Amino acid sequence: MTTTETERATAPATYVGKPVDRVDGRAKVTGEARFAAEHHYPDLAHAALVHAAVARARITAIDTAAARAVPGVIDVLTHENAPAMKPPPKFSPLDLSTFVSATSVNYLATDEVHWNGQPVAVVVAETPEAARHAATLVRPVYQELPAVLDFAAEEPNAVPQKGNLLQESEADKGDAEAALKTAPVTVDLRFTTPPYHHNALEPHATTAVWDGDRLTVHEGTQNIAWLRKHLATRFGVPERGVRVLAPYVGGGFGGKAMVWAGTLLAVLAARAVGRPVRLALSRAAVYHTVGGRTPSTQRVALGADADGRLTAIVHTSVSRTGRIGGMPEPVTAATRHLYAAPNIHLRQHVVELDLLANTAMRAPGEAIGTFAIESAMDELAWELGLDPVELRLRNEPERNPVDGKRFSRRLLREAYALGAERFGWRDRDPRAGATRDGRWLVGMGVATAYHPTLMLPANVSVRLGADGRVVVRCGLQEMGMGAATVQAQIAADELGVPLESVRVEYGDSSLPDAPGAGGSVQTASIAGGVVAACDKLKRMVRRLGRGAPGTYAEILARAGRDHVTAEVKANMPVFMIRTLLERRRLVKAACGVHFCEVRVDRDTGEIRVSRWLGVFDVGRIVNAKTAASQLRGGIVMGLGMALSEETLVDPRTGRIMNPSLADYHVPVHADVPHIDVHYLDEPDPTMPLGLVGIGEVSIAGVAAAVANAVRHATGVRVLDLPITLDKVLPG
Amino acid sequence: MRVNGAEEKLDVEPWVSLADLLRDRLGLTGVKKGCDQGACGACTVLADGTRINSCLALAVQYDGKEITTIEGVAPHPLQEAFVRHDGLQCGYCTPGQICSAIGMLAEHAASGADPAALDEAEIRERMSGNLCRCGAYNGIVDAIKDVTR
Repeated sequence: MTTTETERATAPATYVGKPVDRVDGRAKVTGEARFAAEHHYPDLAHAALVHAAVARARITAIDTAAARAVPGVIDVLTHENAPAMKPPPKFSPLDLSTFVSATSVNYLATDEVHWNGQPVAVVVAETPEAARHAATLVRPVYQELPAVLDFAAEEPNAVPQKGNLLQESEADKGDAEAALKTAPVTVDLRFTTPPYHHNALEPHATTAVWDGDRLTVHEGTQNIAWLRKHLATRFGVPERGVRVLAPYVGGGFGGKAMVWAGTLLAVLAARAVGRPVRLALSRAAVYHTVGGRTPSTQRVALGADADGRLTAIVHTSVSRTGRIGGMPEPVTAATRHLYAAPNIHLRQHVVELDLLANTAMRAPGEAIGTFAIESAMDELAWELGLDPVELRLRNEPERNPVDGKRFSRRLLREAYALGAERFGWRDRDPRAGATRDGRWLVGMGVATAYHPTLMLPANVSVRLGADGRVVVRCGLQEMGMGAATVQAQIAADELGVPLESVRVEYGDSSLPDAPGAGGSVQTASIAGGVVAACDKLKRMVRRLGRGAPGTYAEILARAGRDHVTAEVKANMPVFMIRTLLERRRLVKAACGVHFCEVRVDRDTGEIRVSRWLGVFDVGRIVNAKTAASQLRGGIVMGLGMALSEETLVDPRTGRIMNPSLADYHVPVHADVPHIDVHYLDEPDPTMPLGLVGIGEVSIAGVAAAVANAVRHATGVRVLDLPITLDKVLPG
Repeated sequence: MRVNGAEEKLDVEPWVSLADLLRDRLGLTGVKKGCDQGACGACTVLADGTRINSCLALAVQYDGKEITTIEGVAPHPLQEAFVRHDGLQCGYCTPGQICSAIGMLAEHAASGADPAALDEAEIRERMSGNLCRCGAYNGIVDAIKDVTR
């Protein structure tokens, strides 16, 4: 290892760090890129779902006659006639693929309805139009059962949330409640955040093709390997016969990480009718069958001395899962790491409702948790009459606040200094409502971004041909992060070859297994595999060359070899033990700082974000162009979360009332100003190549930065997202 | 109907949308469907040079018209500019963004407005019917500005 590390340290990076154009750009701008619903097969049939219209029930009868009578309908599958699937496996830490069971429901094998929108039938037809029309004609008869649906009403019944090996659920240090009582300055605030949905622009789609026991699935998934294993388990076929293809994924953000009903039912329908089947979900069907982000209520209470040094931090949360599954969201997770205080009390609670399982959405926990803690810090700054940047600097910890662990690196002080300078923070008038530009009240806000850094092992093979061409093979997922591009850059540098000679093959489960794209793990995880495989390849070539000098091509030619291939395989148990041991002493994360300016119309309350600047401490940057895009993307999603997005669930029926892009408002061009992104570009000494995942960190803190700017502009502290105009208008 | 310069004689049911016709029957899958109700712009194509949401258009209404999809615009300087400015991530909204930008630039030129008036704010306003959930808006605006210079 030492030799190669020395070599790497002395060889200048030619491509890593450069703003290289993404390798799949051309396919995407020409329309050549084919997504899951865009693969044609002869004899392809089309499916559409029938959704339950009640929250909890037993189906006593289901009338499919009218649907079957529609010309072109091939079959209507219900719990009365569908072939059996095996039940979803329960989560086991010994087999991480079991994590992808999104719900515990065995679709079409039960007469039970567990949420309003659950698929209760699938129509298969010759055309998508016939399938969609016939689906509207299926008539289930329900015997309704009592359902618990109202998050706000159920909140008092919340139970303590369970933690896991990688995520503690609670923390206690000192006596925070007692310290609050004696603190000279305090704030004690209650926040709410609504449910959100990912709304990847590509609605979930599956094209499923059976050939005997062999199955090919085109699916926009964030987790090729785990989906393959899940399908093999559910359909009782050998895993090696299942192939998942996902070279292009039209956005995921967590919504395509688990296996949801549509995928399973497309595969089931294809098996039932004996033809290839495509199930392209409507936008509404995505809302009804793919979980979103939990709503939350949070309390943050802070105590400080007169100098602004924190004496107490209390952060508690209530979120929800579905009774049929879901991910307990680590809402207070970031507060474990952000500020030093002698007394800290963190608790997370959860309620189970008869709704679809919730799921991870970009920075689960941190995205909504930082809204509360970072708004509360801002409010404390107002109470103290202190600059909110200065308040954060005074409480910047040397060690992890809850347990004294070391940080692998932490440059938030530098991020604040650089951001404040570039943004012109010191030039602002600190008084609320004092800055005006015509009818606009102008305010500036600041907040911290934080997201933990994790990695997983990856299998990678690297092939060097006698012609000098390099092929990196890895079943990674590309949904817009630029994953293939950055791994090509890394391989080119590791082998010292031109970038143009490197091709990355990905998005296919027949390639070596990679971890899924989630938790910001992918880039660093695969980089670790690529570096190891390149090291191995170089050793193999050196051995072939027996120490004689020469280029790769010359050595291969002399040895009479057409190519050399190096493979690395992950040792999961060893890796997990090493990770857990490291986590006992080290805390590593991506972090950053947001500065923003908003304008609030003094008469209408309309809020416009006019300037944004982020400074990120995210390890070494591989590709300055795609990294900036990804960090901007998180900020844009955060703007929606702050100002316009909200999934409305009818608390009486459990039905989502705005399951469309016309009624759920994601940010549009006109909502997004130029976003100025800076990096500190300091490698993390504990990560492969010093890389840290950047997919999620930038959404954290965005909503708080906006809320804090609105507070500065108007004097109004908004505690409930989204910050709509009614909440800032006087009286 | 002429599609990307080629005459297409098609027999379609009256309920088939232009988006479905192009995607499913002509294999022009550069036309994307993000919402099927005119809210996202992913299905934007040019009909006689005007940008439309093809999911809101019935195919039979476009009998005799000239339809241009992303497959028919190439090579266009906007495509290269989108790559250079990273005006895309997952790529799903990209064909619609590019078709919409082409239509938008033509609208602006035809209105006789001062080309200098097409600043960032104006581009954003005129492109707001095309959603990008990855949030590549900055790069898209930069790409459009680049080709108008």
